[in-house]
Amino acid sequence: MTHLGYLLVGWGVTLGVGAAYSFRLVRRGRVVASRVPVSRRRWMTAEDK
Amino acid sequence: MTETPTVAQGETRTVGTASRTTWWLGLVVLVGTVALVLLAFFVAPEDDEQRDAVRMIFIHVPAAFLTYVAFVTTAIGSIMWLWKRSVWWDITAYAAAEIGVIFCALTLFTGSIWGRPTWNTYWDWGDVRLVTTLILFLLMVGYLSVRSMGDDEATSTRAAVVGLIAMINLPIVNRSVEWWFDRTLHQKSSLTDGNLEDMTLFTMVFGLVVFGLFFGWAMIHRFRVGWLERELRVGDLDDALAARRAEAIDHQESST
Amino acid sequence: MWSSEPEVAMWRDARLVALKDLQIEWRSRTTFSQVVPFAGLVLVLFGFALDANRPVLERATSGLFWVTVLFVSNLAVQRSTSIETTDGARRALLLAGIEPASVYVGKAVAVAVQLLLVEMLLVGGVIVLYGAEIQDWPLLIATCVVATAGIAGAGTLLGALVAGVRARETVLPVLLLPVLAPVLIGATRAFDDALGSVAVDGWAWLGLLAGFGAINVVLGALAYGVLLEET
Repeated sequence: MTHLGYLLVGWGVTLGVGAAYSFRLVRRGRVVASRVPVSRRRWMTAEDK
Repeated sequence: MTETPTVAQGETRTVGTASRTTWWLGLVVLVGTVALVLLAFFVAPEDDEQRDAVRMIFIHVPAAFLTYVAFVTTAIGSIMWLWKRSVWWDITAYAAAEIGVIFCALTLFTGSIWGRPTWNTYWDWGDVRLVTTLILFLLMVGYLSVRSMGDDEATSTRAAVVGLIAMINLPIVNRSVEWWFDRTLHQKSSLTDGNLEDMTLFTMVFGLVVFGLFFGWAMIHRFRVGWLERELRVGDLDDALAARRAEAIDHQESST
Repeated sequence: MWSSEPEVAMWRDARLVALKDLQIEWRSRTTFSQVVPFAGLVLVLFGFALDANRPVLERATSGLFWVTVLFVSNLAVQRSTSIETTDGARRALLLAGIEPASVYVGKAVAVAVQLLLVEMLLVGGVIVLYGAEIQDWPLLIATCVVATAGIAGAGTLLGALVAGVRARETVLPVLLLPVLAPVLIGATRAFDDALGSVAVDGWAWLGLLAGFGAINVVLGALAYGVLLEET
């Protein structure tokens, strides 16, 4: 495939950034959710109906 | 002050901003991404002139489109905060800006990577859309800078004004760059051209859908994070206010 | 019908605020002892960097001039903002019953006056240092006036925005310079015409500058109050 190097870098960085941000976001969600008092919770994994 | 419990009785699963919706949505996005990679690399044909470099289009165009979706969302959210003091829109504006700046960076990056083998240049000052997107990126970074400097209502107001300024000035920037260079290297809008091969068009639309779903997934999570962070900050205050209001209504009813 | 009372008061207040700011600048002599030398220095540095290579310097004069103006405007807006942030003067202005829009117009005018003074000196600077020859003086002057109005308008609003923020000095340029990009583009093109270095229609670019200025001044007048009262 021509220009494979560019394609790999372009796609690789894009997917990598997407994955990294996603992990960071979910982890941030867990951290902040665990600090919220039980009585005020919404959208928590354990209680979703 | 008594400690409010942060762990429920018998709770063993991890608590977070995920929900059934985000699980399924996330799964669809993952599967869709794999499918997109396969389509982009093995099904879509190469271009006559650009050869395989055209495969960058399947990320570049969706990323650009969603950048503008994010930007418009932030703009609307800014107006709604300034006008109606809508907390929901304030949180949404911030979430969209954060996700949008990433899409914007990817747009510029993939555009650059695409440009190098295709037109032999990483950057072209004569490309109106490229320059405008760069300015947009800088404005969004400015918005996030202002946001990161506080978490009170004054910060929301400041950021909203930045959003407003960006929304109003970006068309002016675009127009001035357009006049400045009336030639452009940039491809004419690929979608409206109608010149695309079937599989290329399909893959690009597919890419748009996958990116759009990812955007939605990220927005849901990011919104919830913002909402919860606000809960931590002012949740007690909101409770107290609600309690006072309820008292006032009780009092009114009992005295009439 | 002649202007009603509130409108007259608005302009009177704006003039008061403008005079106040200009008086403070005059007394502290900051503009002349620091800002002007800075502007001159930037011109000189560009001269060094481009190695007194006449053709390049000539071709680049318009751009260098306006980049310098943008740097100076950052300083001018910072100073304009800091006048109010010390000693709680912002609250005092509000309590004095002055309309936020008046404060905005007054401060913007003060910034504009200072910028115009610096620009006059910079024109002298480029004539002397870069050998610039002004072909079209009316265009040059009109460009300076209109571009400066836009810079002052957008800058004063952004100045108020960053007023209460910790890292004020570093955040302001990040916001100000992208917003002022059209001014840089338009004013540079107009100057190119006025200096006779490029065959462009400077007056058309002046139209863009006027549009930018008008839009941003209106935006500023509307949004300034929100910032003053809530941040």
